Amino acid sequence: MSDKFVVGYDGSVSARRALEFAVERAKVQGGTIVLAHVLEWSPYSFLTPTELEERHKRRREEMARAEEALASTVVAELKEAGVPVEVVIRYGNTADLLCKIASEVGAVQIVIGREGQSALEARIFGSVAGALVQAAPVPCTIVP
Amino acid sequence: MQRIYFTLPAAALALLPGVAQAQALGDRIDSIFAASTGWFVNLIFASVWGVPWIVGWLVIAAVVFTLYFGFIQFRAFRHSIELVRGDYSDPNDAGEVSHFQALATALSGTVGLGNIAGVAVAVSIGGAGATFWMILAGLLGMATKFTECTLGVKYRNEYEDGMVSGGPMYYIKKGFAERGLPLGGFMAVMFSIFCVLGALGGGNMFQANQAASQVEAVVGIPTWVTGLTLAVVVFVVIVGGIRSIARVTEKVVPFMGIGYVLVAILIILMNANMILWAVGEIFRGAFTDSGIVGGIVGAIIQGFRRAAFSNEAGIGSAPIAHSAVRTREPITEGFVSLLEPFIDTVVICTMTSLVIIITQQLLIDAETGRYILNDAGRIATASGATDGVPITSAAFGSVFGWAPYALAIAVILFAFSTMITWSYYGLKAWT
Repeated sequence: MSDKFVVGYDGSVSARRALEFAVERAKVQGGTIVLAHVLEWSPYSFLTPTELEERHKRRREEMARAEEALASTVVAELKEAGVPVEVVIRYGNTADLLCKIASEVGAVQIVIGREGQSALEARIFGSVAGALVQAAPVPCTIVP
Repeated sequence: MQRIYFTLPAAALALLPGVAQAQALGDRIDSIFAASTGWFVNLIFASVWGVPWIVGWLVIAAVVFTLYFGFIQFRAFRHSIELVRGDYSDPNDAGEVSHFQALATALSGTVGLGNIAGVAVAVSIGGAGATFWMILAGLLGMATKFTECTLGVKYRNEYEDGMVSGGPMYYIKKGFAERGLPLGGFMAVMFSIFCVLGALGGGNMFQANQAASQVEAVVGIPTWVTGLTLAVVVFVVIVGGIRSIARVTEKVVPFMGIGYVLVAILIILMNANMILWAVGEIFRGAFTDSGIVGGIVGAIIQGFRRAAFSNEAGIGSAPIAHSAVRTREPITEGFVSLLEPFIDTVVICTMTSLVIIITQQLLIDAETGRYILNDAGRIATASGATDGVPITSAAFGSVFGWAPYALAIAVILFAFSTMITWSYYGLKAWT
């Protein structure tokens, strides 16, 4: 069984760095990359009636769009490079879901990038990296 | 195109309450409107043994549902809260409409001026005792809401593209057909027609009217200006598709509601020594003749009536919002929806009336302990206000000087969000 590396990927530059880091390790160890793309979503937000009605449709569209965006760029790239890749797209809180996905697929490591927030920002909005190191079920690498 | 046909008269009619006060022109419009709808209003609110039959009908339905489902509103209460918290939600459904969202949206459609103005009207006519009957009606209404929202989800339409539509027009039609009963289609159409009318009347005009009167009382802007502005903004939002305004309002309103309740609780706590007295007043008024017109029956009618108007249980509007939720079991949404009359009537309406009672807005004759009535047969108020919002405003204002201003903003936002929600209901019924 090959080792699985869960990579939190949102298309940003820092996520890109995290991915490259993970790909190197995966190549050496012969592991699989699990691309985890999280769409931020809270079940406790407030919606208008129209938004309620269209939610199911929008969700499908958002999923399809995210899938396509990943498939046409990174997934294709990785496949070309010969690294096995899986894609997981979920709704919810990023840190929570990365932990959950890691335990579900039996990952050996979680790799994420870091935006470099100021301390104040992190305090107010919370940072994914901060939350993740607290709760991750497996070793967690944060790529600067 | 249908949308535009519908909203043009809607916007024009939404103007009415404001413009109606612009003297001569207003009077004429007023009389035209009264003449054309007067017979209809009389029919709906016609009294049978002194009780408007429509209110009696809603109460009877609520009692039947309560008994038939074995007091579901109390048995399932805990379960309802667990559902809203998401304890039973499937994680794979994340990103879909949650129970909480459906409830919050339906609530922002119901929590509005009924809770602020309607309650004030109820206690100023029916005395403190009306509160008791209002709470009772709220508790009974929970069973009605449970029933209609379960049906709403069960018989909703899910379209190919993922849009979801539900509501009485669907469940009446499909449910009747399933049981082989006739007239289902006819009644569904009737519901739609009445829903559109209701969206204009109770949904929009009352809201705009009350909001405008509060603004005039506090800041002195003539009512027709507010009415016109509200109408234009609603028109722009619906026809122009400027959804961002609606979205912002929908997001602000829940916090407004929470703020309103917090201020009310604060006022009640500041007068903690009077809580027992107020509760005593409520019970005394509920079961004894406190001097109001119509005695105990008057209190009962006022309580039931305002509760029905405020929480909309049995009106058929809530299932439209609730039916969008993603759930495999329709009944779960029923459980969730039964919290709605509870929050709306049992909590928020009671807060309003406690504040009015505690701040002693209702004048009581010191010797006889009975209410002092004014010429119109309503209870005289400390501030001299006779209308809905002004009474509540005076009650809050007697404790916090700034309260009437905050209330004016709250009232406009509430009115606006209810108008948008109802316009949406009207639109759904129309299409």
